[in-house]
Order: sequence, then structure tokens, then C-alpha cells
Amino acid sequence: MGTVAKWTRRTFIGAGALVGGGLILGVTASPNRLKLSGEGVAEEGETILNTWVKISPDNQVTAIIPHSEMGQGATTGLAMMLAEEMDADWSKVGFIEAPATDDFANNELGRAVLVGEVNVPGSIFKMIDFGMLTVAQQLNFQITGGSLSIRSTGEFGMRRAGASARHMLIGAAANDWGVPSTELTAKNSVVSHAGTGKSATYGELASAAAQLEPPMQPTLKDPKTFELIGTTQPRFDIPSKVDGSAEFGIDVEQEGMLYAAIRQAPVYGGKVKSVDESAIAGRRGVKKVVVIDGESVGPIQTALGSQSIESGVAVVADSYWRAEQALANLPIEWDGDAANVSDATIAASYKDVLDAGEGKADVKKGDVEQSVDGGTVVEAEYAVPFLAHATMEPLNCTARVSGGKCEVWTGHQNPLGARGFAAKAAGLKETDVTLHNHFMGGGFGRRSEADFVVQSVLVAKEVDAPVKLVWSREEDMKHDRYRPAVSNRMKAVLGGDGKPVTWSNIYTNTGQNEPVDAPWIPYDIDNQLIRGAQHETPVPLGAWRSVGHTQHSFFNESFIDELAHAAGQDPYEYRRDLLAGSPRHKAVLEMAAEQAGWGSAPPAGHARGIALEQSFESIVAQVAEVSIDGNGKPVVHKVTAVIDCGLAVNNGQVVAQVQSGIIYGLTAALYGQINIENGGAVQANFPGEYEMVRLNEAPIMDVHVLNSYAKTGGAGEPGTPPIAGAVANALFVLTGERVRKLPLNQYEFKAKDVRPQLSQAGDWVSPVWVR
Amino acid sequence: MAVQIKVNGKDHVVDVEEEMPLLWVLRDELGLKGTKFGCGVAYCGACTVHVNGQPLRSCTVPVAAMQGQEVTTIEGLADTSEGSGELHPVQQAWIEAQVPQCGYCQSGMIMAVAALLERNPNPTDEEVEAEISNVCRCGTYQRIRDAVGTLTNA
Ligand code: FES
Ligand code: FES
Repeated sequence: MGTVAKWTRRTFIGAGALVGGGLILGVTASPNRLKLSGEGVAEEGETILNTWVKISPDNQVTAIIPHSEMGQGATTGLAMMLAEEMDADWSKVGFIEAPATDDFANNELGRAVLVGEVNVPGSIFKMIDFGMLTVAQQLNFQITGGSLSIRSTGEFGMRRAGASARHMLIGAAANDWGVPSTELTAKNSVVSHAGTGKSATYGELASAAAQLEPPMQPTLKDPKTFELIGTTQPRFDIPSKVDGSAEFGIDVEQEGMLYAAIRQAPVYGGKVKSVDESAIAGRRGVKKVVVIDGESVGPIQTALGSQSIESGVAVVADSYWRAEQALANLPIEWDGDAANVSDATIAASYKDVLDAGEGKADVKKGDVEQSVDGGTVVEAEYAVPFLAHATMEPLNCTARVSGGKCEVWTGHQNPLGARGFAAKAAGLKETDVTLHNHFMGGGFGRRSEADFVVQSVLVAKEVDAPVKLVWSREEDMKHDRYRPAVSNRMKAVLGGDGKPVTWSNIYTNTGQNEPVDAPWIPYDIDNQLIRGAQHETPVPLGAWRSVGHTQHSFFNESFIDELAHAAGQDPYEYRRDLLAGSPRHKAVLEMAAEQAGWGSAPPAGHARGIALEQSFESIVAQVAEVSIDGNGKPVVHKVTAVIDCGLAVNNGQVVAQVQSGIIYGLTAALYGQINIENGGAVQANFPGEYEMVRLNEAPIMDVHVLNSYAKTGGAGEPGTPPIAGAVANALFVLTGERVRKLPLNQYEFKAKDVRPQLSQAGDWVSPVWVR
Repeated sequence: MAVQIKVNGKDHVVDVEEEMPLLWVLRDELGLKGTKFGCGVAYCGACTVHVNGQPLRSCTVPVAAMQGQEVTTIEGLADTSEGSGELHPVQQAWIEAQVPQCGYCQSGMIMAVAALLERNPNPTDEEVEAEISNVCRCGTYQRIRDAVGTLTNA
């Protein structure tokens, strides 16, 4: 095995030599945890230390990326950040995904969180024990979420690793050639000296560089001089995704593997009372029936809080289809305690909590109770439903438990965490669990949860073979951990110039209201009181792409639009006037309006709506151009979007992510709704129940990137929140009626000259979601 | 029951229940994992394959109905149309337009588009939208349009 040298205990950049030649360099924020990893990502003759980069004698640079790929292209972006600072030849840069071992835990993220350099969702923050130096170990922190990959690992890890490596490579050449390093230049993975005409590749210099002390404070480039960052580069993972060779969790194949299908309790928190196994005895391929007692493992701590595991019944068979068929024929009796929970009871509880009017202030400034002379009062109540994630790949996990060890194959946004969940379910130490992470067919927050991993291990414990547990689409939809439904009562008083003097609102908060800035508004309003009324719901909840921003953006961007119309002012100008103190927001809004041709007449029968949201340090404005079809349904023709995420690393990928966010948010705005009856979800599959936007409904998307060079923001999530508000605001222009409750498919819209069918302004909008 | 099917040019005899959907025969009996399971109810198109050149959602078709038919999956798309080693033009266009995100829907998407272009090499936008009803939860539709555009406007 290789040797790694030159680590000093007080520092966080380390480097060393690879046996057979080459340089390995790692960055960590956790000096007490410096240790070697002799397996996992190391190829023969090489030892990888901690994480980040290795340079081999054949001049290949490999970034070791501690994040999972779920389609956001983070792996390519991170490698670009490394290569930029290194001045590496991009065509000779590759990556491998770090395995889920402690050595690769996301220290940079932990540090960024702790020193407050990155604003992350509170859900992640909550998990932090302030034992700074072992943060990653304690948290099992290797999460891909909160749009954090580029913001944290890239900024604090990759760029520093690249700059350090470059410094050492130049140092090695200077020593060898006996010239001062200031006379050397590095470009395209070659160091050269103009005076002597000498040059050497990084690969040739790597072994000598490994003998040098890494700089602890490497000089980073001025972003304005970037040559690679900010360009568009093809993603590493795409070729495998056009020929069927990309291996997702559901594609895992193991020697002697069996398959499991699962039915979870129809009532959340329900248990299995009895199972009549005789009904499926003798069916072809059926091996075993396993009753899963979710409570047996107790609540699991995930990055999103404490989670209980649903109970159910699994049938194990020699094929997934046979397991499903047997399950469909298996009589199961259930015990359930929350069977009386329904939309009606939830709506009543939301009403109670808002009527009580007790809330914790997110924002409190000035005095919202002051009397405003001749002020116009605008009041409204908004509501959004529960939403399922519906990742394209249904949840699945493969596990083998034998001989005191557990092996797990799945696609997880938090692979180290998943290893911990598996350990708990198996009753083993985490170090006895190996987790193989795979491509994810969508994550959106759902694949950061514990349930499917725990259940698969519980089943595998009962079987002497690896078992692949696959949730049917119906299980996936009925047993999601949903985006919370939220109701919001809003009030503003406008002064003589039509601008709000006060803004106050109180919303129902199930504790999933994250990140902290989600309820905030960017507008200059002196008197604000924004409160969340805490309460609980028996419906399982989780993080849904962009978390609390989706709900609050719809509320706030609709309500500010109401205020503009109440004041008789143009909704774009109105917002703009209120952004004097937020130049980035203003610039994004202005660019979106300009690109969308705001102010010019839209095609006959079309109208435009605008919305703005900051989330995960990025600012996005969207203008939706909408009409109403012959059936009274909205048609979204075009969405113009502008994103300022500081500096877009892989420009085309940021554009793609914003497009993706728009479709995800638009699908929810048009169709997304999970209803609860008899203690469980009503919707079970897509057709007619949880419809998806497809090609024929996908708007033209004109996405622009505005690089402000501000602190790096996320790209995977910020495209999602504004679209619902933008579409609803356009519908107001068309119909003269305000949509205050989603989704849109429950309404039959009529153009203005016809009597509108929507609820009147100021009406209590009950959160009973009409289907 | 023993069912005889031809998949990507190779003959197979599989001993399965006749109602087992083609999708699960492909994935779990023949080990062709490129064809994906998304909904099981013929809605999403993740499981799209070609049967005698026609697009088919394999999750709801019993294998018995495939007796003696020629099935092409994503793994066989390139070989059957361009000769081995080369990607199919749709796959190539998908790389050039950088279409996939998570990639899970893309096997089905590519199979659906390839079948459409085979039958109608110059479809209008409306025809493409009417035919390609596959779901992409990552919302790659704009780049799908771009990629199809490069194949039809040549
Ligand atoms: S899995 Fe066949 S159409 Fe969805
Ligand atoms: S690329 Fe993810 S579902 Fe289409």
C-alpha cells in the first residue's frame, strides 16, 4: 500500500506521495481526524488520504467528490472548480465519487456551517453538535441537499485543493530547475519556465511535489480571472445515461439475490395485526413473508429530524413481480390509530392554530399595529397542499446481513447517514456496514430519508441472501414524507403612495419550515411581523425541493402582487420600487422583466405574471406568460427566468437546473395535491391523481444567468419556488380573480368579462383541498 | 410456461408465468436493466421498448403476447440501426444537447423518440408533443425539444 506523509496535526491541507508515483492532496477541516484510508477509492498502489485530488504520473487529475449524483451535475462542477485553481488541462480531469466512509465525510460542509459562511437549511443545522472538530463523524455528514455541493465543498474544498496542488507542482519544478518559482507559469497541466525553455507536465512533477509541504493558505484566483469556471462543460455522467448503462440503485444485481415487495400500513403509524400466509403458500418463487415492525428500531435521527419507520408486510420472492403479485393476494389485517385523520380534520386544526393567533416571530421590525391615515387594508388567506416527491425511480434498497456484517446498495443523498440507518436496523456498529451508493433516479429530498433503507435491512435480516426491496409507485406515493401543507393569513396596510406601510402574516408551521429565511420578504417595508404558528400533524413530512421556499414564495409573491393591484400600480414596477435596499434582487428582477418584454403587449389572450425569490443564496426572478384554454385550464406558454447564483460554475448546467426547477414547481402548481382520508394518502399513482407536466405542457424556458460574483449560491433548488406565484399572478391579470389556494387544476378559469368562479378577495380559504 | 422472444437480435426462451410483464422479464430474467420501472401502469414511459419497431410500454404487456416478436431495448438500439460501436443518432443528439439530468427516464425517452423518427423523420412540434408523452421528473423537456430539433431540421 502507499504511504502518505506530511500531515501536520494543526493544519487542514495535507499531501503525500503515491506508491508508483504521483501526488495526493486532501483538504479537511478536522485536523483531529487525519487518518489514512487504505481501501475504497484507492486503486492498486495508491492510497487516498481524506479527500479531494490525486495526480498520477500519466498526468491524469482525479477529483474525489464527496457528493452523490442525482442529476444536478455537481460532480462535473466540483471538478471544474478544482481544475480552475490548478490550471489543469480539463481534458485530463476525471472524478470518482467518494465512498461512504468517515474519511470522506463532508468536513467542509460541517465547517462552513459552523463558521456561518454558508446559510444552510435549519434541518441540517439542527443536527450539528458544536463539537467542531469531529462534526462530520457525529453527523454522518455527507449530504447532497440544500444545494450545498458547489457552495460548500466546491468553495472551501475543491478550490483550495487545486490552488495548493498548483503551488506544490510549481515548487517542485523550481527546485528541480534551480529557478525561482515566481518565474514559472502553470497552464494546461504543464509548468514552464520562459527563461530556460524548460517545461514538465503535472504528472512528471507530481512525485517530487509530494515531498513538499503544502501551503495552508493557498492564494486563490480572483474569480474575474477564471477561464474554466463560468464556461459550459459536458457532464461526466451523461454518456452512461443515454445507453442504459448507468447503474441506479434499482439496477443492483447480486449473486443469489432475492426481491422484496412491501405493503405499508394504510394508516400512518398503523401496525400489522395479522397476515394469512396460507393464502399465498405454494405460489411460484415465493420464499418468505416478513412482518416489519417499524417501532422495533425506534425513531431514527436523520438530517431532517427524528423519523419513525412505517410498519408493513414484505413478501420475498425470486422476482420482484412475483413478490408483488403474492402481496396483492395476501390478506393483511391492520391496526391503526390515526384513522380519523382527514383533510377535514387537518383543515380544522389549521384553522384553530391560526385563530389562536400565537406564533413565533421570524421577522419583527417596526410596528405593524400603527394606524395609517387613510390607509388601504388588504387581507387574504392562502393555502397550499401536501405534495409528494414522486422521484422517477421508485424508492429501493438492496441489503445483505450475514456474519455480523451488513452490506447495502442504494442511491442516497446522504450515504454516510444511510450507513448509520442501516447499522441501527441491523443492530451492528456503523463500521460493520458497507454502503455502495448508486446513481439516483431523482432525489428532491426524498432520498435523504431513512425508511426505505431501514426496511430493506429488516427484511434482509430474515433472509439468508441479499434482498432488493422495491417500493411500487403506489407505496412510493402513499408513503412519501410530504411537503407540508401550509395556510397563511396575510395583512398589509398601504400608505398614500400605495406602498405597504405594514406587512404582517401568520402561517401554520409544522416544524418543517426551513431554511430560516424562507418566510422572509426582500421588500423595503419598515413595519413587518412574520410569524409561524407551531403545530403538529400526523402526516409524515419531509424536505421537498427547495423546502419552505416553495410555500412562502407562492404566498409572498402573490400577496405583494395583490398589493400592487390594490394600489393600481404595475406589479413589476411596484416590486422594483421596494427593492432599493437590495441591489442584487433589483438587478435580477429588472433583467427578467427586460428579457420577457414586460411592458410590451403579450399575444392576444395571454398575460404575464412575475415573481422573485431568494433561496439558498441565489436569487431567481421568473416571468410566466399564460393563457386560458377552452376548458378553463391555464396554459403556460413561456417562462423567462434569471438566476444570480454568484458565479455559475458550469453555466449550461445552471441553466438546466433552473429549467428543471421550473417544471418541478409548475407541475406542483398545476396538479400537485395529496389528500388525506382515513389516516392515509388518497393519491396512489400518476394517472388522474398526481399528474405530471409532460412535453406538451412544458413551456418554452428562456433562462439567463446573471453573474454578480457574490457568494456562491445553489442552483438545484432556487428555480422551483417562484413559478407558482408567477403563473397565479398572470392568471389574475386574465381573470381579475386571485388564486389563493393551489393546485390550479381544481378551478375552471374564465377570462375577465365573464363572471369569475373563484373565491372573493378576503374570503376565508379553507384548506380542504377540493379534488 | 416457456416463452420464446427475440431481444436485441438474440433468441431467448424464458420460463415464466405468461402474464409476467415484458418489463420484468427484460430486467430480472434477462438482466437488461436499461429499461426502467417508473409507474407500472403505462403512464410514465420509463419502460418504453420497441416491438417490431413500434414503441411499447413494457410494464403492462404480458410476456406471452411477445411470443415470437422482436424486442429492442436501449441496450440494443445502437447496434440495430448503426452497426456496433456507434451510438444511435438520437443518443448522440442527447449527448450533444446534454439532455439527461438524473437520467432515469431517458432510456424510455430515447426509445420513444427513436421510434417516432423512424416512422416520421420530420415531425412537427405538435406531432412530437402528441407522441412523446413520457414523463421526465427532472424536467428536461426543453433540451429534449432542442435535441429532437437537431435531428429533424437537418
Ligand atoms: S413503468 Fe411503464 S409506463 Fe411507467
Ligand atoms: S432525467 Fe431525471 S427523470 Fe428525466
